[in-house]
Amino acid sequence: MITGRFFAAGADRRIAITIFILLAAAIIVPLLNLAVSPTSAFYVPAYIVALTGKYLCYALLALALDLVWGYCGILSLGHGAFFALGGYAMGMYLMRQIGSRGVYGNPILPDFMVFLNYKELPWFWYGFDHFWFAAIMVLAVPGLLAFIFGWFAFRSRVTGVYLSIITQAMTYALLLAFFRNDMGFGGNNGLTDFKDILGFNVQADATRSALFAASAVMLALAVFVTWAIVGSKYGKLLMAVRDAESRTRFLGWRAENVKLFAFTVSAVMAGIAGALYVPQVGIINPGEFEPSNSIEVVIWAAVGGRGTIVGPIIGALLVNAGKSWFTGVLPELWLFALGGLFVAVTLLLPKGIIGMWDSWRGNARALRAASVVEEAAAKVGVASATSKPARSPARNPGEWSWSDPEPQAAE
Amino acid sequence: MSKSNTILYLDGVSVSFDGFRAINNLSLVLDKGEMRAIIGPNGAGKTTMMDIVTGKTRPDEGEVFFDGQVDLTRHDEAEIAMMGIGRKFQKPTVFESHTIEDNLMLALKGPRSIFPALFHRRSAAEARQIDDILGIIRLGDKRHEQAANLSHGQKQWLEIGMLLAQDPKLLLVDEPVAGMTDAETEETARLLKDIARDHSVIVVEHDMHFVRELGVKVTCLHEGSVLSEGTLDFVSADERVVEVYLGR
Repeated sequence: MITGRFFAAGADRRIAITIFILLAAAIIVPLLNLAVSPTSAFYVPAYIVALTGKYLCYALLALALDLVWGYCGILSLGHGAFFALGGYAMGMYLMRQIGSRGVYGNPILPDFMVFLNYKELPWFWYGFDHFWFAAIMVLAVPGLLAFIFGWFAFRSRVTGVYLSIITQAMTYALLLAFFRNDMGFGGNNGLTDFKDILGFNVQADATRSALFAASAVMLALAVFVTWAIVGSKYGKLLMAVRDAESRTRFLGWRAENVKLFAFTVSAVMAGIAGALYVPQVGIINPGEFEPSNSIEVVIWAAVGGRGTIVGPIIGALLVNAGKSWFTGVLPELWLFALGGLFVAVTLLLPKGIIGMWDSWRGNARALRAASVVEEAAAKVGVASATSKPARSPARNPGEWSWSDPEPQAAE
Repeated sequence: MSKSNTILYLDGVSVSFDGFRAINNLSLVLDKGEMRAIIGPNGAGKTTMMDIVTGKTRPDEGEVFFDGQVDLTRHDEAEIAMMGIGRKFQKPTVFESHTIEDNLMLALKGPRSIFPALFHRRSAAEARQIDDILGIIRLGDKRHEQAANLSHGQKQWLEIGMLLAQDPKLLLVDEPVAGMTDAETEETARLLKDIARDHSVIVVEHDMHFVRELGVKVTCLHEGSVLSEGTLDFVSADERVVEVYLGR
């Protein structure tokens, strides 16, 4: 049944196309980078691979946010925190992979710890020399934080703008905490100078291509998971909580648990995005916890179209491509452009790019349907004049021909 | 007074908000299978009473028992809903972005936790139940339409249908005919009388024609307590009720 829905028409087909494009990109882009000669017109330079790989991580983050914001009405202004925590978990693994190749040559302690006179590895760094352990932490740390945070917030029925403010406070608190050298996460400088991931050089073209492919595949998987969640009875419940929370309570549903599940899943997705992001950009520092980062994610989702699956991805890709271009050409104007974009989208495209596209398509279809009807009416008019159909509703020819072709035009 | 054989038992219930006594020493007993109409001017405490019964508001004092033995003051909304008390709001509240069918599907009695919902498949039995309810509330031809497209009266019916899907023992119905045409009002009275055959029902309503049509015992609330109780003719003949409704 689920596969039937997957290949069906309409919105579900759009998901299938998105997943197909992402998987195709995961194969084609690395091929164009590695197998095509640099002189060819089809060659994709390594910096483009890294840049688009980064965008895909942002798209995954925007999708994660949209699961809670678009589908459950929880406007989280702290999703950057989950992204950064996933990134830090990956960064810690990458730091341990440096081994004795660091500036100070200490086989156990990362450079910043030697510099800060640490005598031994803090307990929370244990295990990060194994990839599997780091991978679990990438999922567990953001998931657990979201679970605990959501448990208290949703249980106390904190909603709306108050919830947004405390999510913002959460990421700000983490920002301040991670800035401290005593935290043991490299303080201001964060974690950088990575050498290897799973034994491959992070700087190598092949590794970058592999990371790009991993990001694309992961995003495709997240699209599928989000689509499956949103289409299930639970997904309908999620939107029901968004639209009429008290109704769900009086039907016996625990709205707080409904929100908590979505919030935790979303945080895990954001953590994965962060973990894929860090090896591609080569650094993770407390700046990722910056509240403005989380707000930017909201803008991506809003621009693309909240409450859709494809929208946040398109929004994240377009806004970031715009940012890369803008900061190259007119760096001092970028923030104004971003702010202006948010205002413009809110005022002019409340449903984002996807919403605009859908309504434009809807109008086009309605116009086409109307012209079909007109034609049919004209034909029937001629026919009734010449051959007199026996059916009585033909008294007013336009009317019965109206009722049968495409009555759904209004949608 | 004995609690046994009552579906709802309120005794000496009071609650105040910021010093304002919304409910003042209210006592009200509903027998199993009974339908009761509650009338009263604005601010009489009708909706607050429903809030107390459904766990939205905790009373400052007094006893609230469901089914003779369950102390409702110890439970929250979701638990109370699961025990079998359904509530229709004053303003029709349905899930506007879902279809009629999905609205009912979310209301259907069944497990209320996350994972069963995540992997839920609609069974034939559920489909049948939904069909039955669609027939009762006369929205069968609109089953695939979004609830947002329904008229005000149809939303009221859909909400009543959602209550039925929950299969509660007691239904609290707040102003079911507000904003309805006369024909719709009549239809709703018929629907509620049908429902009352195998459920206990409390109906809060301002519309006296509608209350007369229900033909059940009436309780008039005023300033948070019971002013008068009996048949509609008895209550409307009561001097104090007339005074409250017409102003002094």
